[in-house]
Amino acid sequence: MPALPGIGYEEEIAEVQGKLQALEGLGLPTAAWKTVAIARAQKRPQFLDYIPYLAPDFVELHGDRVGGDDRAIVGGVGSLDGRTVVFVGHQKGHDLKERQLRNFGMARPEGYRKAQRLFLTAERLNLPVVTLVDTPGAFPGLDAERGGQAWAISRTLQVLAGLKVPTVAFIIGEGGSGGALALALCDRVFMLENAIYSVITPEGCAAILWRDAAAAPRAAEALQLTACELLELGLIDGIVPEPRGGAAGRARTMARRILKLAVDTLTELRGLKSSELCVARRRRYLAVGLSSGPDQGWSQFP
Amino acid sequence: MTRSTDAVAKKTNTTMGVDGCPACGRYIAPEALRDSLMVCPLCGYHHPLGTLQRISQLVDDGSWEGIAVDGVLSDPLNFFDSRPYPARLKAAQLSTGLPEAFAAGRCTVEGVPVGLGILDFQFLGGSMGAAVGEGFWRLTEHCIIDHVPLVVVTSSGGARMQEGLFSLLQMAKTVMALEELRETTIPFLVVLADPTTGGVLASFASLADVIIAEPGAQLWFTGPRVREMTTRERTPEGFGSAEEALKCGHVDLVVPRTELRQRLVELLILLQGGESVLGEIIPQRRKTAGWRAGGAGRAAERSAGVARAAWNWLRRRDR
Repeated sequence: MPALPGIGYEEEIAEVQGKLQALEGLGLPTAAWKTVAIARAQKRPQFLDYIPYLAPDFVELHGDRVGGDDRAIVGGVGSLDGRTVVFVGHQKGHDLKERQLRNFGMARPEGYRKAQRLFLTAERLNLPVVTLVDTPGAFPGLDAERGGQAWAISRTLQVLAGLKVPTVAFIIGEGGSGGALALALCDRVFMLENAIYSVITPEGCAAILWRDAAAAPRAAEALQLTACELLELGLIDGIVPEPRGGAAGRARTMARRILKLAVDTLTELRGLKSSELCVARRRRYLAVGLSSGPDQGWSQFP
Repeated sequence: MTRSTDAVAKKTNTTMGVDGCPACGRYIAPEALRDSLMVCPLCGYHHPLGTLQRISQLVDDGSWEGIAVDGVLSDPLNFFDSRPYPARLKAAQLSTGLPEAFAAGRCTVEGVPVGLGILDFQFLGGSMGAAVGEGFWRLTEHCIIDHVPLVVVTSSGGARMQEGLFSLLQMAKTVMALEELRETTIPFLVVLADPTTGGVLASFASLADVIIAEPGAQLWFTGPRVREMTTRERTPEGFGSAEEALKCGHVDLVVPRTELRQRLVELLILLQGGESVLGEIIPQRRKTAGWRAGGAGRAAERSAGVARAAWNWLRRRDR
């Protein structure tokens, strides 16, 4: 188009070109997207694969004491290197039958209430808590909504926030949104090398921001949901390395590494008084998103 | 996380007064609508309120004192979708005139001092990022220091995706802020306006001592579109409304906007151990004109005076 004198289209052209570039290669696999695939792999070890190696004497405890027992969340007591620990975690299931039983690791309010009850038991008996997080997110069904999904999650967060015993979380596969945070608001948070931890699934993010679920690989990259990126951002405390080719089929090796880190961390946390523990935990989460530099994000209203 | 069905989108995007009420379709003069606190006088539909409108409806004139919030990471991930995140922020600031989705301030309501927070859906869907979490924490801190009740009015789509895990952890941050508040006897009230969903509902909004909802407010953890994608369940009409939440036992009260101010004052006094002597609820009109003139207006003013007297008595007793 011949430019009129005094009128430039450069800005518009640059904007359109930018949009075009953003659209090109939208669906191409990114490194982050590969990690998402590994984290979700059916063969990846889950809670019940690790537990025989972590605590051979594990006893599973059932029920939320209100009205149900959610199989998507598994919990119980067992001894970790000679000391009793309360374990709570998600179980997605490996084959279709188990996946249906476990609702693909998507917990209902009953599941979160079971977790609360186990956390409080741990507190009363002065036992530390270890959680293994692996869920696409909280179950979004109508029954879960009627049962007060949001209320169950917030209450679980509150219980964990005020717990007077040490808590350690391991994100072993998929750490999806509020459903994962409900078990991961802990004193220490570790991730397996190929695990992911995100505010929303890449598909969901793509559907909302790119208006196209096919942009999921791009969204996965933008969300910075891999263990390495989150460690760099200072949001997690450490990474459990995985063997070449990932954790699939290597439950024993991975369990040994998780066990060592869990024992070391609990030994360190056991040195703190319960009041110190709560203060440190509070300080840690109140500092999320604050800038140390002169970055002034926002000012007074009005 | 963000509300997405066409019907819902249409409802919020409709320009009020031009296309008529989005619920009943009838035209109402903008002035008349403003006089009725943005509630449709014909069908009772509660139009969405901006932060400034909410403040002018709830807060005593001239008592609002904003709380400064700074030192927050504004774009921790250098997020870029079709536009960079800072550009989206800028656009939201220009269109709403607000610095962020959460406004915090000290003020009085009918003479009762409160710390008031307002989470505004019109600013990037009222989504909770680092600035919202920090705003909530500073407001809570002020309430603890001044020993005044905490009141938050929410309308939000949930977490702010553009801040990734930082935004998810704001849920943890707000819960931690409430842990501090729980060590005191300061009451915490929430007013859930349309819509309150996702990470906001699943953190501080559902942990209040008393939860009030506005009529017709959509309250859910997961939106209809994500539900259909995941479970193939169709969401029935009216599902997740404030009225249904009341039936399911999730909220304490569903209070129409015209009665909200008075109900709030009543609860604020009672929850702090005072005696509320308001008697019957008189629907609020706009504070100017209608508020002053007319029988109902004068009666409301009288009862407000009584509330103030009760409040003063409470303060004296505490001292």
